[in-house]
Amino acid sequence: MKVGVVTFPGSNSDVDSLNALTVAGVEAVTLWHESPDLDGVSAVILPGGFAYGDYIRAGVIARFSPVMRGIRDFAAAGGHVLGICNGFQVLAESGLVPGALLRNRSLRFAGRLVYIKPERLDSPFTRAASGVPLEVPVAHGEGCYYADEATLDALERDGRVLFRYVHADGRVATDPDDPANPNGSLRGIAGVCNAAGNVAGLMPHPERMSEEILGNGQGMQLIRSLIESAAEWEGAGRPAPKGPATVEAGR
Amino acid sequence: MSEFRFAVNVLPKPGILDPQGRAVELSLPHLNVTDVSRVRVGRRVELTVSAILEAEARGIVDGLARELLSNPLIEVYAIELLEATSSTATEKGPAQ
Repeated sequence: MKVGVVTFPGSNSDVDSLNALTVAGVEAVTLWHESPDLDGVSAVILPGGFAYGDYIRAGVIARFSPVMRGIRDFAAAGGHVLGICNGFQVLAESGLVPGALLRNRSLRFAGRLVYIKPERLDSPFTRAASGVPLEVPVAHGEGCYYADEATLDALERDGRVLFRYVHADGRVATDPDDPANPNGSLRGIAGVCNAAGNVAGLMPHPERMSEEILGNGQGMQLIRSLIESAAEWEGAGRPAPKGPATVEAGR
Repeated sequence: MSEFRFAVNVLPKPGILDPQGRAVELSLPHLNVTDVSRVRVGRRVELTVSAILEAEARGIVDGLARELLSNPLIEVYAIELLEATSSTATEKGPAQ
């Protein structure tokens, strides 16, 4: 099975993502931003970095790149797409996941280890997770998750909040000023998914915690989840998604 | 054909936290300024559109402002016409 990692001009976690996939035992291929052809991959990672220099707003210029046409079609067909950090920003700007990532409340770039906890273990992106808090790094200047109150309520009701920032003991950092919440995200949200559940974004970097030698191997739980979901989707003959895969309100 | 020079002013939506604006505001006491409040920091983009009519040019700018220059979830924008000049085809071509 083949999983693709997009390289935009300015991506910097693409190689980390390729490495994590390789360590997990699947063929990992680079998808160049100028081509809408996804090379027959079974899942896609949009990696961290600063696509197109993050000019105007992080992720917005990447939204109009040719590869995103391929990714829109892939998502609409039920394929699994995981956006990490800058990849989350690209998905949000593209309307493939809800909400927006604002400048960190502190105005500082947040580069440190944080704890996140999966909200549910039955999603395509958390199915291989243990359920205990994962210690993973963040590295971003614009990671403050924002959506209006009605959208936040709907996301919680529909089980579309996949990850929240927590303390080591699992207490959720709901308060934007909680030190365990690295960017001031509303309701401590670190990751969300689309209505169909096959496209997800999160700010922390599981691919940078994919081996013991990198600190711990906990991030691999999320990489494995993606691979299992992709394998299942392929095994079932690439079924259509169970709901709209594209275009959130406002985008 | 005419050339229309526009400015697009983008600001955080009212009610959206603007940490840059807050940081500017917090610096004001260091300048001994006490009577300034509600600072919002945004972005200004200037661009020139070639079109026959101003309305057509404005429509292009509006589309760009909505899709690229601002994010309607978190920002608002206003378009301002700065200058309109008529130009001929020869002026636009490369020097012979």
